[in-house]
Amino acid sequence: MNSLDFSILVQAWPYLWSGLLFSLALTVAAFVVGMLLGTCFALVQHFELPVVSQIVRSYIALIRSIPLILVLFWFFFLVPIVLGHLYGNGRPIPIGATWTAFITFGLFEAAYYSEIIRVGLRAVNKGQFEACQALALSTFDTYRCVILPQVIRVASPIILSQTIILFQDTSLVYVLSLTDLLGAASKLAQLNGRLVEMYLVVAMVYLAISSAASQCVASLRRRYALGGAHR
Amino acid sequence: MFGVLFEQTADGQRYIDWLLTGLGWTLALAFFGWWIAFAVGVVVGIGRTVQNRFVAALARLYVEIFRNIPVLVQMFLWYFVLPEILPGRLGDAIKQIPPPWGSFFPALVCLGLYTAARIAEQVRAGIEALPKGQTEAANALGLTPHLTYRHVIVPQALRLIVPSLTSEVMGIYKNTSVALTIGLMELTAQARQISEATFQTFTAFGAATLIYLVLALIAYQSMMLIDRAVRIPGSTPAKDAIEPALADDVQPGAALPHGMEVVK
Repeated sequence: MNSLDFSILVQAWPYLWSGLLFSLALTVAAFVVGMLLGTCFALVQHFELPVVSQIVRSYIALIRSIPLILVLFWFFFLVPIVLGHLYGNGRPIPIGATWTAFITFGLFEAAYYSEIIRVGLRAVNKGQFEACQALALSTFDTYRCVILPQVIRVASPIILSQTIILFQDTSLVYVLSLTDLLGAASKLAQLNGRLVEMYLVVAMVYLAISSAASQCVASLRRRYALGGAHR
Repeated sequence: MFGVLFEQTADGQRYIDWLLTGLGWTLALAFFGWWIAFAVGVVVGIGRTVQNRFVAALARLYVEIFRNIPVLVQMFLWYFVLPEILPGRLGDAIKQIPPPWGSFFPALVCLGLYTAARIAEQVRAGIEALPKGQTEAANALGLTPHLTYRHVIVPQALRLIVPSLTSEVMGIYKNTSVALTIGLMELTAQARQISEATFQTFTAFGAATLIYLVLALIAYQSMMLIDRAVRIPGSTPAKDAIEPALADDVQPGAALPHGMEVVK
Protein backbone atom coordinates (compact mmCIF):
# COMPACT_ATOMS: atom_id res chain seq x y z
CA MET A 1 0.00 0.00 0.00
CA ASN A 2 1.41 3.36 -1.03
CA SER A 3 0.96 6.21 1.39
CA LEU A 4 -1.65 8.70 0.34
CA ASP A 5 -0.32 11.95 -1.06
CA PHE A 6 -2.88 14.70 -1.37
CA SER A 7 -0.30 17.35 -2.34
CA ILE A 8 -0.97 16.57 -6.02
CA LEU A 9 -4.32 18.20 -5.43
CA VAL A 10 -2.72 21.61 -5.63
CA GLN A 11 -1.81 20.96 -9.24
CA ALA A 12 -4.97 19.06 -10.02
CA TRP A 13 -7.42 21.55 -8.55
CA PRO A 14 -7.88 23.93 -11.54
CA TYR A 15 -8.73 21.02 -13.81
CA LEU A 16 -11.08 19.43 -11.25
CA TRP A 17 -12.69 22.84 -10.73
CA SER A 18 -13.43 23.20 -14.44
CA GLY A 19 -14.90 19.70 -14.34
CA LEU A 20 -17.11 20.64 -11.41
CA LEU A 21 -18.28 23.75 -13.28
CA PHE A 22 -19.27 21.54 -16.20
CA SER A 23 -21.24 19.23 -13.89
CA LEU A 24 -23.03 22.22 -12.37
CA ALA A 25 -23.74 23.78 -15.78
CA LEU A 26 -25.20 20.50 -16.97
CA THR A 27 -27.33 20.26 -13.84
CA VAL A 28 -28.69 23.79 -14.21
CA ALA A 29 -29.37 23.41 -17.93
CA ALA A 30 -31.10 20.06 -17.43
CA PHE A 31 -33.12 21.54 -14.57
CA VAL A 32 -34.35 24.48 -16.66
CA VAL A 33 -35.12 22.46 -19.78
CA GLY A 34 -36.53 19.58 -17.75
CA MET A 35 -38.85 21.81 -15.74
CA LEU A 36 -40.15 23.74 -18.77
CA LEU A 37 -40.66 20.65 -20.87
CA GLY A 38 -41.88 18.63 -17.90
CA THR A 39 -44.53 21.23 -17.13
CA CYS A 40 -45.70 21.08 -20.74
CA PHE A 41 -45.81 17.27 -20.58
CA ALA A 42 -47.77 17.40 -17.34
CA LEU A 43 -50.27 19.92 -18.73
CA VAL A 44 -50.75 17.88 -21.89
CA GLN A 45 -51.69 14.89 -19.74
CA HIS A 46 -53.76 17.02 -17.39
CA PHE A 47 -55.88 18.34 -20.27
CA GLU A 48 -55.98 14.82 -21.74
CA LEU A 49 -55.27 16.15 -25.21
CA PRO A 50 -56.03 13.32 -27.63
CA VAL A 51 -53.07 11.54 -29.27
CA VAL A 52 -50.47 13.96 -27.85
CA SER A 53 -51.16 12.87 -24.31
CA GLN A 54 -50.83 9.18 -25.24
CA ILE A 55 -47.53 9.91 -26.96
CA VAL A 56 -46.25 11.86 -23.96
CA ARG A 57 -47.37 9.13 -21.58
CA SER A 58 -45.56 6.39 -23.52
CA TYR A 59 -42.45 8.57 -23.78
CA ILE A 60 -42.40 9.03 -20.02
CA ALA A 61 -43.04 5.34 -19.35
CA LEU A 62 -40.26 4.36 -21.75
CA ILE A 63 -37.69 6.83 -20.42
CA ARG A 64 -38.43 5.88 -16.83
CA SER A 65 -38.00 2.18 -17.36
CA ILE A 66 -34.63 2.09 -19.10
CA PRO A 67 -31.24 3.00 -17.58
CA LEU A 68 -29.88 6.51 -18.10
CA ILE A 69 -26.70 5.10 -19.65
CA LEU A 70 -28.74 3.40 -22.35
CA VAL A 71 -30.64 6.64 -22.93
CA LEU A 72 -27.32 8.45 -23.34
CA PHE A 73 -26.20 5.87 -25.92
CA TRP A 74 -29.54 6.16 -27.73
CA PHE A 75 -29.36 9.93 -28.01
CA PHE A 76 -25.70 9.90 -28.97
CA PHE A 77 -26.76 7.73 -31.91
CA LEU A 78 -30.21 9.15 -32.71
CA VAL A 79 -29.88 12.93 -32.37
CA PRO A 80 -27.47 13.38 -35.31
CA ILE A 81 -29.79 11.31 -37.53
CA VAL A 82 -32.88 13.27 -36.50
CA LEU A 83 -31.07 16.59 -36.99
CA GLY A 84 -29.90 15.38 -40.39
CA HIS A 85 -33.47 14.73 -41.44
CA LEU A 86 -34.68 18.04 -40.06
CA TYR A 87 -32.03 20.38 -41.42
CA GLY A 88 -29.98 18.56 -43.99
CA ASN A 89 -30.28 16.17 -46.84
CA GLY A 90 -30.80 13.23 -44.52
CA ARG A 91 -27.14 12.76 -43.76
CA PRO A 92 -26.44 12.61 -40.01
CA ILE A 93 -25.07 15.82 -38.51
CA PRO A 94 -22.53 14.97 -35.79
CA ILE A 95 -23.07 17.16 -32.75
CA GLY A 96 -20.45 15.88 -30.34
CA ALA A 97 -20.69 14.45 -26.88
CA THR A 98 -21.23 17.75 -25.03
CA TRP A 99 -24.40 18.62 -26.93
CA THR A 100 -25.56 15.04 -26.61
CA ALA A 101 -25.21 15.27 -22.85
CA PHE A 102 -27.14 18.55 -22.62
CA ILE A 103 -29.95 17.36 -24.90
CA THR A 104 -30.22 13.95 -23.23
CA PHE A 105 -30.30 15.25 -19.69
CA GLY A 106 -32.88 17.91 -20.58
CA LEU A 107 -35.21 15.40 -22.22
CA PHE A 108 -34.54 12.67 -19.67
CA GLU A 109 -35.22 14.84 -16.64
CA ALA A 110 -38.36 16.23 -18.27
CA ALA A 111 -39.89 12.78 -17.85
CA TYR A 112 -39.16 12.79 -14.12
CA TYR A 113 -40.18 16.39 -13.42
CA SER A 114 -43.39 15.99 -15.39
CA GLU A 115 -44.47 13.09 -13.16
CA ILE A 116 -43.93 15.26 -10.08
CA ILE A 117 -45.88 18.17 -11.55
CA ARG A 118 -48.63 15.92 -12.88
CA VAL A 119 -49.23 14.50 -9.41
CA GLY A 120 -49.05 18.04 -8.01
CA LEU A 121 -51.73 19.18 -10.46
CA ARG A 122 -54.04 16.46 -9.24
CA ALA A 123 -53.47 17.58 -5.67
CA VAL A 124 -54.83 21.08 -6.30
CA ASN A 125 -58.20 21.59 -4.69
CA LYS A 126 -61.12 21.65 -7.15
CA GLY A 127 -62.35 24.86 -5.56
CA GLN A 128 -59.35 26.69 -6.98
CA PHE A 129 -60.50 25.95 -10.52
CA GLU A 130 -64.06 26.89 -9.71
CA ALA A 131 -62.98 30.16 -8.09
CA CYS A 132 -60.99 31.04 -11.21
CA GLN A 133 -64.02 30.35 -13.33
CA ALA A 134 -66.13 32.54 -11.09
CA LEU A 135 -63.56 35.31 -11.55
CA ALA A 136 -63.78 34.76 -15.32
CA LEU A 137 -60.06 34.08 -15.68
CA SER A 138 -59.05 32.58 -19.01
CA THR A 139 -57.66 29.03 -18.92
CA PHE A 140 -54.19 30.38 -19.60
CA ASP A 141 -54.38 32.87 -16.72
CA THR A 142 -55.89 30.24 -14.42
CA TYR A 143 -52.88 28.02 -14.84
CA ARG A 144 -50.25 30.74 -15.02
CA CYS A 145 -51.40 32.83 -12.05
CA VAL A 146 -53.25 30.42 -9.79
CA ILE A 147 -52.66 26.73 -10.38
CA LEU A 148 -49.03 26.34 -11.42
CA PRO A 149 -47.59 28.62 -8.72
CA GLN A 150 -49.33 26.50 -6.10
CA VAL A 151 -48.18 23.25 -7.69
CA ILE A 152 -44.58 24.40 -7.88
CA ARG A 153 -44.69 25.56 -4.28
CA VAL A 154 -46.23 22.36 -2.93
CA ALA A 155 -43.91 20.18 -4.98
CA SER A 156 -40.74 22.22 -4.46
CA PRO A 157 -39.12 19.88 -1.89
CA ILE A 158 -39.59 16.92 -4.23
CA ILE A 159 -38.44 18.92 -7.23
CA LEU A 160 -35.30 19.93 -5.36
CA SER A 161 -34.59 16.37 -4.17
CA GLN A 162 -34.93 15.24 -7.76
CA THR A 163 -32.45 17.95 -8.77
CA ILE A 164 -29.91 16.63 -6.25
CA ILE A 165 -30.30 13.19 -7.80
CA LEU A 166 -29.87 14.85 -11.20
CA PHE A 167 -26.62 16.44 -10.04
CA GLN A 168 -25.33 13.02 -8.99
CA ASP A 169 -26.51 11.46 -12.24
CA THR A 170 -24.52 13.93 -14.33
CA SER A 171 -21.48 11.86 -13.36
CA LEU A 172 -22.74 9.27 -15.87
CA VAL A 173 -21.56 11.47 -18.76
CA TYR A 174 -18.32 9.64 -17.99
CA VAL A 175 -19.52 7.04 -20.52
CA LEU A 176 -19.35 9.72 -23.23
CA SER A 177 -15.74 10.55 -22.15
CA LEU A 178 -16.74 14.07 -21.15
CA THR A 179 -14.76 16.11 -18.63
CA ASP A 180 -17.19 16.59 -15.77
CA LEU A 181 -15.92 16.38 -12.20
CA LEU A 182 -15.53 12.60 -12.32
CA GLY A 183 -14.24 12.67 -15.90
CA ALA A 184 -11.59 15.23 -14.95
CA ALA A 185 -10.50 13.12 -11.99
CA SER A 186 -10.29 9.95 -14.03
CA LYS A 187 -8.25 11.64 -16.76
CA LEU A 188 -5.84 13.05 -14.19
CA ALA A 189 -5.67 9.69 -12.46
CA GLN A 190 -4.55 8.08 -15.70
CA LEU A 191 -1.86 10.75 -16.15
CA ASN A 192 -0.37 10.84 -12.66
CA GLY A 193 -1.32 7.38 -11.43
CA ARG A 194 -2.78 8.72 -8.17
CA LEU A 195 -6.23 7.28 -8.72
CA VAL A 196 -6.88 6.57 -5.04
CA GLU A 197 -6.48 10.22 -4.05
CA MET A 198 -8.37 11.44 -7.11
CA TYR A 199 -11.46 9.27 -6.62
CA LEU A 200 -11.51 9.88 -2.86
CA VAL A 201 -11.46 13.64 -3.41
CA VAL A 202 -14.22 13.44 -5.99
CA ALA A 203 -16.33 11.34 -3.63
CA MET A 204 -15.82 13.93 -0.86
CA VAL A 205 -16.80 16.81 -3.16
CA TYR A 206 -19.99 15.06 -4.27
CA LEU A 207 -20.76 14.10 -0.68
CA ALA A 208 -20.25 17.67 0.57
CA ILE A 209 -22.37 19.31 -2.14
CA SER A 210 -25.19 16.76 -2.11
CA SER A 211 -25.53 16.52 1.64
CA ALA A 212 -25.42 20.29 2.07
CA ALA A 213 -28.14 20.57 -0.55
CA SER A 214 -30.26 17.83 1.08
CA GLN A 215 -29.99 19.62 4.43
CA CYS A 216 -31.36 22.78 2.78
CA VAL A 217 -34.21 20.81 1.23
CA ALA A 218 -34.98 19.19 4.58
CA SER A 219 -35.16 22.55 6.34
CA LEU A 220 -37.32 23.91 3.53
CA ARG A 221 -39.64 20.94 3.96
CA ARG A 222 -39.86 21.51 7.72
CA ARG A 223 -40.63 25.19 7.29
CA TYR A 224 -43.21 24.36 4.69
CA ALA A 225 -44.78 21.73 6.95
CA LEU A 226 -45.20 24.36 9.66
CA GLY A 227 -46.97 26.70 7.23
CA GLY A 228 -49.64 24.06 6.79
CA ALA A 229 -50.72 25.45 3.42
CA HIS A 230 -52.05 22.13 2.27
CA ARG A 231 -53.69 19.22 4.01
CA MET B 1 -35.39 -5.82 -38.14
CA PHE B 2 -33.96 -8.13 -35.49
CA GLY B 3 -32.63 -10.59 -38.07
CA VAL B 4 -29.06 -9.50 -37.52
CA LEU B 5 -29.24 -10.81 -33.97
CA PHE B 6 -29.27 -14.37 -35.32
CA GLU B 7 -26.16 -13.95 -37.45
CA GLN B 8 -22.88 -15.56 -36.52
CA THR B 9 -20.34 -13.56 -34.57
CA ALA B 10 -16.58 -13.81 -34.94
CA ASP B 11 -16.42 -16.17 -31.97
CA GLY B 12 -18.93 -18.63 -33.43
CA GLN B 13 -21.91 -17.59 -31.32
CA ARG B 14 -24.90 -15.57 -32.42
CA TYR B 15 -25.36 -11.95 -31.44
CA ILE B 16 -28.45 -12.87 -29.48
CA ASP B 17 -26.27 -15.09 -27.30
CA TRP B 18 -24.24 -12.00 -26.40
CA LEU B 19 -27.45 -10.23 -25.41
CA LEU B 20 -28.62 -13.18 -23.33
CA THR B 21 -25.29 -13.43 -21.48
CA GLY B 22 -25.61 -9.72 -20.79
CA LEU B 23 -29.13 -10.25 -19.53
CA GLY B 24 -27.83 -13.01 -17.26
CA TRP B 25 -25.30 -10.68 -15.63
CA THR B 26 -27.90 -7.94 -15.28
CA LEU B 27 -30.34 -10.29 -13.59
CA ALA B 28 -27.72 -11.84 -11.33
CA LEU B 29 -26.53 -8.41 -10.23
CA ALA B 30 -30.04 -7.11 -9.62
CA PHE B 31 -31.22 -10.27 -7.82
CA PHE B 32 -28.33 -10.83 -5.44
CA GLY B 33 -27.78 -7.09 -5.02
CA TRP B 34 -31.40 -6.78 -3.97
CA TRP B 35 -31.06 -9.26 -1.13
CA ILE B 36 -27.92 -7.55 0.17
CA ALA B 37 -29.72 -4.22 -0.07
CA PHE B 38 -32.81 -5.56 1.68
CA ALA B 39 -30.90 -7.17 4.55
CA VAL B 40 -28.64 -4.18 5.19
CA GLY B 41 -31.44 -1.71 4.53
CA VAL B 42 -33.79 -3.24 7.10
CA VAL B 43 -31.06 -3.28 9.75
CA VAL B 44 -30.02 0.33 9.07
CA GLY B 45 -33.62 1.46 8.84
CA ILE B 46 -34.38 -0.05 12.24
CA GLY B 47 -31.17 1.56 13.53
CA ARG B 48 -32.51 4.97 12.56
CA THR B 49 -35.57 4.57 14.77
CA VAL B 50 -34.09 3.12 17.99
CA GLN B 51 -33.69 5.10 21.22
CA ASN B 52 -29.92 4.56 21.45
CA ARG B 53 -28.39 7.84 20.19
CA PHE B 54 -25.14 6.27 19.08
CA VAL B 55 -26.80 3.59 16.95
CA ALA B 56 -29.19 6.14 15.44
CA ALA B 57 -26.32 8.48 14.54
CA LEU B 58 -24.37 5.63 12.98
CA ALA B 59 -27.36 4.59 10.88
CA ARG B 60 -27.91 8.18 9.80
CA LEU B 61 -24.24 8.51 8.82
CA TYR B 62 -24.56 5.38 6.69
CA VAL B 63 -27.57 6.74 4.86
CA GLU B 64 -25.99 10.18 4.34
CA ILE B 65 -22.79 8.76 2.89
CA PHE B 66 -24.32 6.17 0.61
CA ARG B 67 -27.10 8.41 -0.66
CA ASN B 68 -25.00 11.47 -1.38
CA ILE B 69 -22.23 9.96 -3.47
CA PRO B 70 -23.15 9.14 -7.08
CA VAL B 71 -23.44 5.41 -7.68
CA LEU B 72 -20.82 5.60 -10.43
CA VAL B 73 -18.29 7.14 -8.03
CA GLN B 74 -19.10 4.45 -5.47
CA MET B 75 -18.52 1.86 -8.17
CA PHE B 76 -15.03 3.28 -8.76
CA LEU B 77 -14.32 3.39 -5.03
CA TRP B 78 -15.10 -0.33 -4.68
CA TYR B 79 -13.32 -1.34 -7.87
CA PHE B 80 -10.23 0.90 -8.05
CA VAL B 81 -9.72 2.35 -4.60
CA LEU B 82 -10.56 -0.46 -2.18
CA PRO B 83 -7.83 -2.92 -3.32
CA GLU B 84 -5.26 -0.12 -3.08
CA ILE B 85 -6.03 0.94 0.47
CA LEU B 86 -6.41 -2.55 1.91
CA PRO B 87 -3.22 -3.98 3.41
CA GLY B 88 -0.90 -5.53 0.78
CA ARG B 89 -1.82 -9.24 0.63
CA LEU B 90 -5.55 -8.76 0.81
CA GLY B 91 -5.51 -5.97 -1.78
CA ASP B 92 -3.45 -8.11 -4.17
CA ALA B 93 -5.75 -11.05 -3.66
CA ILE B 94 -8.73 -8.89 -4.63
CA LYS B 95 -6.93 -7.63 -7.73
CA GLN B 96 -6.26 -11.19 -8.80
CA ILE B 97 -9.90 -12.30 -8.92
CA PRO B 98 -10.26 -13.35 -12.56
CA PRO B 99 -12.70 -11.50 -14.84
CA PRO B 100 -15.67 -11.30 -15.01
CA TRP B 101 -15.88 -12.00 -11.26
CA GLY B 102 -13.36 -9.26 -10.59
CA SER B 103 -15.92 -6.70 -11.78
CA PHE B 104 -19.01 -8.59 -10.67
CA PHE B 105 -18.24 -8.64 -6.94
CA PRO B 106 -17.38 -4.94 -6.57
CA ALA B 107 -20.49 -4.08 -8.60
CA LEU B 108 -22.60 -6.37 -6.41
CA VAL B 109 -21.33 -4.85 -3.17
CA CYS B 110 -21.66 -1.32 -4.57
CA LEU B 111 -25.25 -1.70 -5.78
CA GLY B 112 -26.28 -3.62 -2.68
CA LEU B 113 -24.97 -1.06 -0.21
CA TYR B 114 -26.13 1.92 -2.30
CA THR B 115 -29.68 0.60 -2.59
CA ALA B 116 -29.61 -0.37 1.10
CA ALA B 117 -29.38 3.31 2.05
CA ARG B 118 -32.53 4.03 0.07
CA ILE B 119 -34.36 1.00 1.49
CA ALA B 120 -33.32 2.08 5.00
CA GLU B 121 -35.16 5.37 4.48
CA GLN B 122 -38.27 3.50 3.31
CA VAL B 123 -38.12 1.15 6.31
CA ARG B 124 -37.79 4.12 8.65
CA ALA B 125 -40.79 5.78 7.02
CA GLY B 126 -42.75 2.53 7.44
CA ILE B 127 -41.86 2.26 11.11
CA GLU B 128 -42.73 5.90 11.75
CA ALA B 129 -46.05 5.46 9.98
CA LEU B 130 -47.19 2.89 12.54
CA PRO B 131 -49.44 4.22 15.26
CA LYS B 132 -47.72 4.71 18.60
CA GLY B 133 -50.28 2.48 20.24
CA GLN B 134 -48.56 -0.54 18.73
CA THR B 135 -45.39 0.05 20.75
CA GLU B 136 -47.37 0.97 23.83
CA ALA B 137 -49.50 -2.15 23.59
CA ALA B 138 -46.36 -4.26 23.21
CA ASN B 139 -44.89 -2.57 26.28
CA ALA B 140 -48.07 -3.21 28.21
CA LEU B 141 -47.83 -6.88 27.32
CA GLY B 142 -44.33 -6.90 28.78
CA LEU B 143 -42.45 -7.40 25.51
CA THR B 144 -38.82 -6.31 25.56
CA PRO B 145 -37.78 -3.65 23.00
CA HIS B 146 -36.10 -6.40 21.00
CA LEU B 147 -39.22 -8.55 20.90
CA THR B 148 -41.37 -5.50 20.15
CA TYR B 149 -39.33 -4.78 17.04
CA ARG B 150 -39.16 -8.40 16.02
CA HIS B 151 -42.77 -9.43 16.41
CA VAL B 152 -44.77 -6.20 16.28
CA ILE B 153 -43.06 -3.27 14.55
CA VAL B 154 -40.90 -4.66 11.77
CA PRO B 155 -43.41 -7.17 10.34
CA GLN B 156 -46.07 -4.47 10.08
CA ALA B 157 -43.70 -1.81 8.73
CA LEU B 158 -42.44 -4.13 6.00
CA ARG B 159 -45.99 -4.90 4.90
CA LEU B 160 -46.70 -1.18 4.69
CA ILE B 161 -43.74 -0.28 2.51
CA VAL B 162 -44.07 -2.87 -0.27
CA PRO B 163 -45.38 -0.22 -2.71
CA SER B 164 -42.44 2.12 -2.06
CA LEU B 165 -40.03 -0.79 -2.37
CA THR B 166 -41.25 -1.25 -5.93
CA SER B 167 -39.39 1.89 -7.01
CA GLU B 168 -36.25 0.55 -5.34
CA VAL B 169 -36.55 -2.72 -7.27
CA MET B 170 -36.85 -0.70 -10.46
CA GLY B 171 -33.91 1.42 -9.34
CA ILE B 172 -31.54 -1.44 -8.71
CA TYR B 173 -32.18 -3.17 -12.02
CA LYS B 174 -31.64 0.08 -13.90
CA ASN B 175 -28.48 0.86 -11.94
CA THR B 176 -26.95 -2.48 -12.94
CA SER B 177 -26.00 -0.75 -16.19
CA VAL B 178 -23.50 1.39 -14.27
CA ALA B 179 -21.41 -1.79 -13.85
CA LEU B 180 -20.35 -1.49 -17.48
CA THR B 181 -17.98 1.30 -16.43
CA ILE B 182 -15.88 -1.22 -14.51
CA GLY B 183 -15.92 -3.68 -17.36
CA LEU B 184 -18.82 -6.00 -16.58
CA MET B 185 -20.45 -7.06 -19.87
CA GLU B 186 -24.06 -6.67 -18.78
CA LEU B 187 -27.02 -5.95 -21.03
CA THR B 188 -26.24 -2.34 -22.02
CA ALA B 189 -22.57 -3.12 -22.59
CA GLN B 190 -23.48 -6.08 -24.80
CA ALA B 191 -25.90 -3.92 -26.80
CA ARG B 192 -23.12 -1.41 -27.39
CA GLN B 193 -20.73 -4.18 -28.37
CA ILE B 194 -23.22 -5.57 -30.89
CA SER B 195 -23.79 -2.13 -32.34
CA GLU B 196 -20.05 -1.65 -32.76
CA ALA B 197 -19.62 -5.08 -34.36
CA THR B 198 -22.56 -4.90 -36.77
CA PHE B 199 -23.27 -1.15 -37.17
CA GLN B 200 -26.93 -2.11 -36.59
CA THR B 201 -27.22 0.37 -33.73
CA PHE B 202 -30.97 0.64 -33.96
CA THR B 203 -31.48 -3.10 -33.68
CA ALA B 204 -28.97 -3.57 -30.89
CA PHE B 205 -30.25 -0.78 -28.66
CA GLY B 206 -33.85 -1.55 -29.60
CA ALA B 207 -33.49 -5.15 -28.42
CA ALA B 208 -31.87 -4.05 -25.15
CA THR B 209 -34.61 -1.46 -24.59
CA LEU B 210 -37.32 -4.07 -25.16
CA ILE B 211 -35.68 -6.40 -22.65
CA TYR B 212 -35.46 -3.62 -20.05
CA LEU B 213 -39.13 -2.77 -20.63
CA VAL B 214 -40.18 -6.37 -20.11
CA LEU B 215 -38.07 -6.56 -16.94
CA ALA B 216 -39.71 -3.39 -15.64
CA LEU B 217 -43.13 -4.85 -16.32
CA ILE B 218 -42.30 -8.12 -14.56
CA ALA B 219 -40.80 -6.32 -11.57
CA TYR B 220 -43.82 -4.06 -11.29
CA GLN B 221 -46.38 -6.83 -11.62
CA SER B 222 -44.68 -9.10 -9.11
CA MET B 223 -44.41 -6.32 -6.56
CA MET B 224 -48.14 -5.64 -7.08
CA LEU B 225 -48.84 -9.32 -6.40
CA ILE B 226 -46.71 -9.24 -3.27
CA ASP B 227 -48.43 -6.08 -2.11
CA ARG B 228 -51.84 -7.62 -2.63
CA ALA B 229 -50.78 -10.73 -0.74
CA VAL B 230 -49.30 -9.01 2.31
CA ARG B 231 -51.24 -5.74 2.51
CA ILE B 232 -52.62 -5.19 6.01
CA PRO B 233 -56.38 -5.11 5.45
CA GLY B 234 -57.76 -1.60 5.68
CA SER B 235 -54.38 0.11 5.79
CA THR B 236 -52.93 2.71 3.47
CA PRO B 237 -49.32 2.27 2.43
CA ALA B 238 -46.62 4.31 4.18
CA LYS B 239 -45.49 7.40 2.34
CA ASP B 240 -42.62 6.95 -0.03
CA ALA B 241 -39.64 8.37 1.85
CA ILE B 242 -37.63 9.16 -1.21
CA GLU B 243 -40.35 10.53 -3.44
CA PRO B 244 -42.84 11.62 -0.79
CA ALA B 245 -45.55 11.69 -3.36
CA LEU B 246 -48.38 14.11 -3.16
CA ALA B 247 -50.38 11.24 -4.56
CA ASP B 248 -51.31 10.12 -1.07
CA ASP B 249 -53.36 13.25 -0.68
CA VAL B 250 -55.05 12.73 -3.96
CA GLN B 251 -56.11 9.13 -3.90
CA PRO B 252 -56.24 7.76 -0.42
CA GLY B 253 -55.46 4.07 -0.57
CA ALA B 254 -54.12 4.19 -4.11
CA ALA B 255 -51.73 1.33 -4.60
CA LEU B 256 -48.68 3.36 -5.39
CA PRO B 257 -47.27 6.84 -5.19
CA HIS B 258 -46.19 8.12 -8.55
CA GLY B 259 -43.16 6.51 -9.99
CA MET B 260 -45.16 3.47 -10.76
CA GLU B 261 -47.51 4.80 -13.39
CA VAL B 262 -44.41 4.17 -15.43
CA VAL B 263 -45.22 0.79 -16.78
CA LYS B 264 -48.97 0.75 -16.92
